[in-house]
Amino acid sequence: MSDALLDLQGLSKSFGALRVTDTVSLTLRSGEIHALIGPNGAGKSTLIQQVAGALAPDAGRILFEGRDVTGLGTAQRAQAGLGRTFQISALAMENSVLQNVMLGAVGASRSVWRFVRPVMRDAGLRVEAEAALHRVGLGDVAAMRVAELSHGQRRLLEVAVALTLKPKAFLMDEPMAGLGSEGSARMTAFLDGLRAEAPILLVEHDMDAVFALADRISVLVSGRVIATGTPAQIRRNAEVQTAYLGEEVAP
Amino acid sequence: MMRRETILNLLVFLALPAVALAALALDEPFTITLATRAAILALAAVGLNLALGLGGLVSLGHAVFFGLGGYAMGILASHAQSYAPLDLGLFVIDGTKSMPVIWLVAISVSALAALLIGLLALRTTGVYFIMITLAFGQMFYYFTISWPAYGGEDGLSIYVRNSFPGLNTLDPVQFFGLVFALLALVLWIMGRIERSAFGLALGTARQNATRVETVGLSPFKLRLVAFVISGAVTGLAGALFADLNRFVSPTMFSWQMSGEFIVFIVLGGIGRLFGPVVGACLFVLLEHLLSGVSEFWLIYLGAILLFVVLFARGGVIGALVGQGGRHE
Repeated sequence: MSDALLDLQGLSKSFGALRVTDTVSLTLRSGEIHALIGPNGAGKSTLIQQVAGALAPDAGRILFEGRDVTGLGTAQRAQAGLGRTFQISALAMENSVLQNVMLGAVGASRSVWRFVRPVMRDAGLRVEAEAALHRVGLGDVAAMRVAELSHGQRRLLEVAVALTLKPKAFLMDEPMAGLGSEGSARMTAFLDGLRAEAPILLVEHDMDAVFALADRISVLVSGRVIATGTPAQIRRNAEVQTAYLGEEVAP
Repeated sequence: MMRRETILNLLVFLALPAVALAALALDEPFTITLATRAAILALAAVGLNLALGLGGLVSLGHAVFFGLGGYAMGILASHAQSYAPLDLGLFVIDGTKSMPVIWLVAISVSALAALLIGLLALRTTGVYFIMITLAFGQMFYYFTISWPAYGGEDGLSIYVRNSFPGLNTLDPVQFFGLVFALLALVLWIMGRIERSAFGLALGTARQNATRVETVGLSPFKLRLVAFVISGAVTGLAGALFADLNRFVSPTMFSWQMSGEFIVFIVLGGIGRLFGPVVGACLFVLLEHLLSGVSEFWLIYLGAILLFVVLFARGGVIGALVGQGGRHE
């Protein structure tokens, strides 16, 4: 498909005898939020890791903007424009909030091989970093250390760091996890606006958020995609109902 | 208003020349030599501190670079004092007694060694990294012991201290001044590196390597560059140490030497710019005072170190200025 920004073709991955990813094919198109749902142990995290470059698939290809990136590592895929956020925050806990976003700006501007100039006084990078913090509403806590932030604030900081990279596609692993209803609602509103900038491949357990946000949903069960479609199609799909959703999404 | 740590750093830093000048006034050249020794050991540990403190790379092999710096000086100076040219296979060079040339060679050789060792060792982490760096140290140690050309186990004596343009390096206080100026310069450079874009990325790689990769940077490359700079500085210190003693021996390569550098850093405060300076000064002072009391002075040093590790995790600086260091 020509408009597929990210194109997974027949990805498979086994750990010993256990097939955790089984010939998974799916696409992420410009402007959409494509949600990936499935019960615990369905292989969502393993799949995301393969897309991010942290795990190599046993078979299949990953195309990004039509280019085969299957052989690239995490850092190279980030350079190519894949912005990732983590289920469990991966932040520099001892550093300040601003330092964490500054690192994103440093990575995005490829200016890491500077040894003399104090990075925090780099006006250009600082503008980028502070803009990203303000967008997620963390402007007031810029000087705080990450260790002092609440769980929800750390989730937002993850997103802010990804924003500084100006990625072409986002890869988000459970951004709502542990946010509470108010936090979830704020994050949902934020991601809703973000899709116009870059499409999002979203792994999420919060079904309210998924059905409110997603343009398309893929359902992963035991490593296989059993259905892909619009939220309405997924709601009606009998196989999905029995395999996973049950009563939960029949309002 | 200055931070308490900045004030303490200045005090410690100025204590070195103060001691040297007081010793000059009281005509006690040995004390000047002690201050010089402290400054050189501090320089070696300041080098290690970039890898260990900021980068989180516990290298138990930094004696390799210290020793290479020492032997760079020893070999070049011994050929100069014997007037025998140095045959490197591809080309033949003359020895030299010029400190700037020797320093350049010491820095280049140790940087190259750090690059090669880093390429291998940095593929591992944690205890494996410690073991590989230790193994490299032991390789160099046993090689110099069994290599007869430059004194083998007995080491190599250089009769006259090498020269620096415009200075009489045989005068203890002038040599101290030279060493102190180098220490000040390197501390300034390290302070800049710590606050640079590279420093931010290196410090983040210590805390969370995944974070660094996710913004498109390679933790391996960051650590390798840090390891090379770190090794080069420790190599420079090695050349100065050899010049101070006018003697080089395989003990400069010994793992105890590497261990001492780590002790300086832990004693002063891990990840603090002046931590190694405080640690090295304290170590030399205790070595001097306690070895007069008992030949088993290392037992007391061990007890002090134990106390610091158990009760003052921020090292001496942490204990004196309280919280607020980069990582306690």
